[in-house]
Amino acid sequence: MSNKKKIAGFIGKKILRLISLLLVVSFVSFMLVQYSPIDPVRAYLGEMAVSAEHKEKLEEYWGVNTPPQEKFLNWAGSLLKGDFGVSLIYRMPVIDVIKERFKASLALMASSWLISGILGFILGVVAGMNKGTLLDRVIKTYCYVLAATPTFWLALVLLMIFSVYLGWFPIGLSVPIGVMAENVTFFDRLEHLILPALTLSVLGVAQIAMFTREKLIEVMSSDYVLFAKARGEKGLDLVLRHGIRNVALPAITLQFLSFSELFGGTVLVEQVFSYQGIGLATVSAGLKSDVPLLLGIVLISTVFVFVGNMIADIIYQFIDPRIKQQESTT
Amino acid sequence: MSTAAVNVNRSLFKGLNLRQKTLLILGLTSFLLLAIVVSSLFIDNESLPTDFGSKNLSPSLEHPFGTDWMGRDMLTRTLKGLGLSIVIGALASLISAVLTVILGLLSSAGKAADSFVAWLVDLTLSIPHLLLIILISIGLGGGAQGVIIGVASTHWTSLTRIVRAEIKQLKTQDYIHISRNLGKSKWWIATKHILPHLIPQILLGTILMFPHAILHEASVTFLGFGLSPHEPAIGIILSESMRYLSAGYWWLAFFPGLSLLIVVLTFDLIGENLGKLMDPKNAHE
Repeated sequence: MSNKKKIAGFIGKKILRLISLLLVVSFVSFMLVQYSPIDPVRAYLGEMAVSAEHKEKLEEYWGVNTPPQEKFLNWAGSLLKGDFGVSLIYRMPVIDVIKERFKASLALMASSWLISGILGFILGVVAGMNKGTLLDRVIKTYCYVLAATPTFWLALVLLMIFSVYLGWFPIGLSVPIGVMAENVTFFDRLEHLILPALTLSVLGVAQIAMFTREKLIEVMSSDYVLFAKARGEKGLDLVLRHGIRNVALPAITLQFLSFSELFGGTVLVEQVFSYQGIGLATVSAGLKSDVPLLLGIVLISTVFVFVGNMIADIIYQFIDPRIKQQESTT
Repeated sequence: MSTAAVNVNRSLFKGLNLRQKTLLILGLTSFLLLAIVVSSLFIDNESLPTDFGSKNLSPSLEHPFGTDWMGRDMLTRTLKGLGLSIVIGALASLISAVLTVILGLLSSAGKAADSFVAWLVDLTLSIPHLLLIILISIGLGGGAQGVIIGVASTHWTSLTRIVRAEIKQLKTQDYIHISRNLGKSKWWIATKHILPHLIPQILLGTILMFPHAILHEASVTFLGFGLSPHEPAIGIILSESMRYLSAGYWWLAFFPGLSLLIVVLTFDLIGENLGKLMDPKNAHE
C-alpha cells in the first residue's frame, strides 16, 4: 500500500515539475528569441523579392507589430493544442520535422549511449581492479585526454582518416544521395551511422570510466570486501560478486544523467558528418532564424533531458535495494 | 596525473619534493599559456600576408602547420586563434565566478533565497548545455558578446552547487552561531565568516571552468553562432577546414584542433596541481 502511494506521489510530483519547467523554459526562450535581432519576415522570404503590400501582409501574419506578451500567449495557446507552428525553412509543421529528425538522431544517440556506457564501465572496472599499475595509468591518461578533446575536432579527424584517406565510409549525409527514401536499405543507414556513433562513443567513455574507477576503488577498500578477502575470495570473482554489484547501479544512473551532453555532442557530430538529424535541424534553425522550429527543439530537448533525469531518479529511489531496505526498516 | 607527465616528472625533477614539483609544473604551464596570449597580441594582419603563390602547402620546416587557401601560415593563425580563445575563456570564467559568488552569498541569506538559487541551477541544467548557449547567443545577436555572455551565464552551475554545500556546512559552525547571537548582521556574517572560506574553492573552480568554457566557445563558433568569420578563432579555422577535407588538406584541421586540445589539457593540469597545493590532505603524498 505504502509503495503504491509512494509511486503515485512520485509521478504526481514529476508531472507538476515537468509542467512548471516547460512553462518557464518556453517563456524564457521565447523572450530571448523575441528580443533578438531576428526578423521572421526576412527569414521566411529569404532571397525572394516581394512587393511592399505583400510584405505588410506577411508582417501582420507573423505578428511583427503585436506586443511580445500577446504573441507569447498566442504561441503558448496553440502549443497546448499540440500545434508547434510551421517551420520556416522546411515549410512543414514543426512537429513533423522534429519527429522525423529525432528518429534519425535517436539511432545515433542510442547506439553511442549504449556503447560508451558499456565500454566505459568495463574500462573503469579494469582500471579500478588494477589500481596503480601501468594499465590503470594508461586508461586514466586516455580518459583525461578524451575529456579535453573538442568533439567536432575528433569527428573531423575520424572523417579524414576513415572517409577521405581510407575511403571506408561515405563522407556525409545519413542516407545516400539520389536514392528514393523507400529504397534506402538498412545497410545504407548503418554505413552512414557508424562514424558519427563511433565519435560520440569514444568521447562518452571518459566520464563513466573515471566514475566507475573511483567508485570501485572505494568499494574495494570497504569492510565487507575485506571480510570477503578474509574468507579467501580473490581476483575477478571478488570483483564480480562484491564490486560490480555495488558499482553498476550508480554508473547506470550517471549514464542517464548525461542526456544533456549527449544532445550537445550529437549537434556537433551531425554538423561534421552532415547527418540529417535533430542536431543539424537545430543548427539550420538557428542560423536561418527559423524561430518556431528552434523553440520546438528547445522544448523537446528539455523533455528529453528531463526524462533522463527522471529515469535516474527512479533507479535511485525504486530499484536500489539498499534504499528500499532502508525505508522498510524505518 | 597522466602517465607521460609522471615519467617526465621522474627524470626531470629528481631531487625535488612534491611541493616544489607542483610549483614548477604550475610555473611552466602558466608560462606556456601566457606566452600564447602575449604572442597572439603581436600578430596582426601584416604578419599574415596573403600569398597565393604558396597556398595549400602541406607542413614543412618553413610552415610547420602548413598554409591555407590564401597562403597564410597556419601556425600563426592558430596562435592568434588560441590567444583569442584563452582571452574569451578567461572573460567567461571570470563572469561565471562573479555570478557564483553573488548566488552563493544570496543562498546564505535565507531559506527562500536558497531554494531560489537551487531552482535557478535546475532550470539552467534542464536545457541541453550547448543548445542553451546557442539560444542565448542568438538572443544577444551573436558575435563575440553573444558567445561570451552565453558561455559565462551557463557555467556557474556546478561551482554554485559546491559553494552552496560548503555554505550549508559552514553555517553549522560554532563561531557563526556566536556571531549571530552577538547580533551581527547577515551581511556581516556572509562577508566576514563565509566568504573567506569560499575564496580558495572559487579560485580553483574558476580555473577548472576554463577548459569547459574554451571548448564550448570553440564549439559554438564552429557551428556558426559565435564569432564572425573574420575573427581568427579556432572554431572558425576548423569550420573553414571542412571545405577542404575531401581535397585531402588534413593539416588545416589537424594542427589547430590538436593545439586547442593541448591548451585545454594545460588548464586541467594547472587546476589539478593548484588543487594539490591548496588541499593539505594531499600535500603529504
